[in-house]
Amino acid sequence: MTSPTGTVPTRTAEATTGRASGGVGDSPQRPDGALKVRGEFAYSSDAWHEDMLWGTTLRSPYAHARIVSIDITEALRVPGVYAVLTHADVPGANLHGLERQDQPVLAVDVVRYHGEPVALVAADHPETARRAMRRIEVGYEVLPPVSDAEQAVHGDVPALHPGGNVVRHVRVVRGDQDATADVVVRGEYQVGMQDQAFLGPESGLAMPAEDGGVDLFVATQWLHVDQQQVCIALGLPPDKVRITLAGVGGAFGGREDLSIQVHACLLALHTGKPVKMVYNREESFYGHVHRHPATLYYEHGATHEGKLVYVRSRIYLDGGAYTSSTPAVVGNAATLGVGPYDVDNVTIDCWGAYTTNPPCGAMRGFGAVQAAFAYESQMDKLAEALGLDPVEVRLRNAMSEGSVMPTGQVVDSPAPVAELLRLVRDRSLPTNGHGESVDLRAMPGGVSNTTHAENVVRGVGYALGVKNICFSEGFDDYSTARLRLQVVGGEPAVEVHTAAVEVGQGLVTIEQQIVRTELGVERVTLRPADTTIDSAGGTSASRQTYMTGGAVLAACRAVRDRVFALARAKLGPEPTGLSLVGGKIVAATGGVLADLVDVLGGNVIDETVQWRHRPTTELDPETGQGFAHVQYGFAAHRAVVDVDVELGLVKVVELACAQDVGRAMNPKALLGQIHGGSTQGLGLAVMEEIQVSDGLIRNPSFTDYLIPTILDTPPMPVDVLELADPHAPYGLRGAGEPPAISSGPAVVAAIRAATGMALTRMPVRPEHITGTDH
Amino acid sequence: MRLNLTVNGEPRQADDVWEGESLLFLLRERLGLPGSKNACEQGECGSCTVYLDGTPVCSCLVAAGQAEGRAVRTVEGLAEEGDLDRVQRAFLEAGAVQCGFCTPGLIVAAHDLLARVPDPSDGEIREALAGNLCRCTGYEAILDAVRTAARR
Repeated sequence: MTSPTGTVPTRTAEATTGRASGGVGDSPQRPDGALKVRGEFAYSSDAWHEDMLWGTTLRSPYAHARIVSIDITEALRVPGVYAVLTHADVPGANLHGLERQDQPVLAVDVVRYHGEPVALVAADHPETARRAMRRIEVGYEVLPPVSDAEQAVHGDVPALHPGGNVVRHVRVVRGDQDATADVVVRGEYQVGMQDQAFLGPESGLAMPAEDGGVDLFVATQWLHVDQQQVCIALGLPPDKVRITLAGVGGAFGGREDLSIQVHACLLALHTGKPVKMVYNREESFYGHVHRHPATLYYEHGATHEGKLVYVRSRIYLDGGAYTSSTPAVVGNAATLGVGPYDVDNVTIDCWGAYTTNPPCGAMRGFGAVQAAFAYESQMDKLAEALGLDPVEVRLRNAMSEGSVMPTGQVVDSPAPVAELLRLVRDRSLPTNGHGESVDLRAMPGGVSNTTHAENVVRGVGYALGVKNICFSEGFDDYSTARLRLQVVGGEPAVEVHTAAVEVGQGLVTIEQQIVRTELGVERVTLRPADTTIDSAGGTSASRQTYMTGGAVLAACRAVRDRVFALARAKLGPEPTGLSLVGGKIVAATGGVLADLVDVLGGNVIDETVQWRHRPTTELDPETGQGFAHVQYGFAAHRAVVDVDVELGLVKVVELACAQDVGRAMNPKALLGQIHGGSTQGLGLAVMEEIQVSDGLIRNPSFTDYLIPTILDTPPMPVDVLELADPHAPYGLRGAGEPPAISSGPAVVAAIRAATGMALTRMPVRPEHITGTDH
Repeated sequence: MRLNLTVNGEPRQADDVWEGESLLFLLRERLGLPGSKNACEQGECGSCTVYLDGTPVCSCLVAAGQAEGRAVRTVEGLAEEGDLDRVQRAFLEAGAVQCGFCTPGLIVAAHDLLARVPDPSDGEIREALAGNLCRCTGYEAILDAVRTAARR
């Protein structure tokens, strides 16, 4: 079945027979979809209370400075102001952080990045709050910035944190460390700082409660780590900090760390009034972590036949001012550092560093993106050195099921890397259709009318990528689901409750699909995600369909067992092999035994299940060996570009992707993930970069930080493989991140093919193409 | 200041409006119509797009006072209550909605395109929607949705 945008996964007859409509493998509409198209879905920035105040955040204008004084007197005099707070007003630890609590809620004596929060204001109008904020006088003694991650690790620079400037160093060594090879290629690569650029700004509403606690409505990626951090920062027990998910306008990693959570609660508790906080776009660039910029040194050795003998690399990731999730990003870049290839001899050193640059943490692809740009650039370089086709050199080294990763982990589920690459290679190429009537919209430079196809050269590039799915390195990763089945209005109905965060990816749809398939019940409603139920883990690491999907599946089985027990009690002992289909209890022979409604009667079946994936292990601290990852996800991209070689402008003509997803739980939502991820990789390849110099962000706006528009984005045909992972629910493979990994390197490879330029930095700028960047 | 304007066909009044407020702020925070979205407030993303006297505008770039005596139509006013406009329905069916934050602005922009150009080419759709940023979908399903809506 082919759609204009790609190949929709085909279903076998067995898989569709007997399934409830809107079940697993179908593409039912999102439960929140009608609200969203009408403008009635309640996002966090839509929260409103008639008595609410507006909170704002005063941020450091310097990357690195000592705070000498803070005077709030004039700010407090502004009519309409209810509170002006500094670190002295924070009742708890005044610290937060995902992996280490090292980031002040409000700066005390030092600021370590441009935009670090220093003070808060609550007022009756947002403009009143902003005006009062400008009257807070902060005395700074400016300190020199620490801007370079490599220098921060090895150089003679002041320690920014008590333990020094290395957040984490991971060394992965495997095989012969002194291996030699016929052909050797070396390279130094750089990746710029990418922003998640979710469209819904950081926002929420905090409501003080009569019990001295607070109720917070906020857009986030993980309710329970927010709750933990708010409790630590404010010195409150968990039952006094109740968080409910408000509508989330995209996330992509940028909502893993706290933004307004503690600040809004602090202002609400201090004023005794509801407080709303909403960042504008500029503040959003200061208010969340970004993708780690990276410098990567690689050496690949291969035989004359193109078989990899060894890979050696050193990777430096700029973590910025605070820890955030840098330790886990370092783990990923190190363990995935050779890519989806078989290599016996590996030496990888990866460092995450503290600097006084903006803090970096989670963004879709999480360490795998940076490594992929380097190893894929190296594979192209190796192909050139060997006189081989770039696809051929990849095929000769592609890993497969049973391959051994550099960590020593044996890959024990399908890894169809070569097949994915062949799928994108074998697609017909788009025509070079610049005939007599030129459509400017299809030209590099677009309707700026910079070329009518003169000096325009076409190039084709390929890339592969690999990503770990779910939380790794021994983390106790679980999700929790509660199901209630009862008869409502004469029909069976299921209510699902989890704390899992929907950010747009469609988890809410998949939860309903799983219940429909497992319990044969059409009517499935979802309770809002909140902290009254145990944690679902974060919406990150491509893990929610696997983990919360797994928890909902397990809860369905618990509910089903109780239904069958009820049935046996009412109908007498029945043979095993019962199932629930279309609101009926069905025997193994296919005969209907009873209506679910009759069996349930007035009973309410209520089951809560906590579900874990199989355990992983920590990495050996000396060798980086270990069963570190639950699952691997793979994708391949082929990019076709037109480059105006005179002006250095690029038009991506087509971006084809092939991905193995184990099981396409919702094919339409899956295509959305692949298209969206591919586009974010395209953005990183040719336009997206937060410009930081001397620690200062120079382009905090959508005027100067560019993300792809619909004119920048090409047709994106997709092939989906469904090779089941026997360890995963339904055999599924987390799908959100892999397409964001190989798309950028494929686009850069295509530009190289068109121009012959080396292009060792992503994003590629016009001056890199024209060679005028000196 | 006090403002009088027509919103989605209804006369509306707002008091104590500060002169620096945008039409977007007026709609969202004073008139109870948060459907128009506040993604950039710089006129770059199109998520706040509304009709002002029939012309699509970024409501974040229009001062609230400029709407005095004029007619505003927002995403909430494209269809009768409980119903969906053909563009809204097509977005829903095509899978063009993920997080949905760009959706109201894109729907108004597409609604305007189809009123002007009943059967747009892909190039015309791309050009008409180039002022609306979406970060989730890669635009493929949005193109599908507009093509589908045009056929209805």
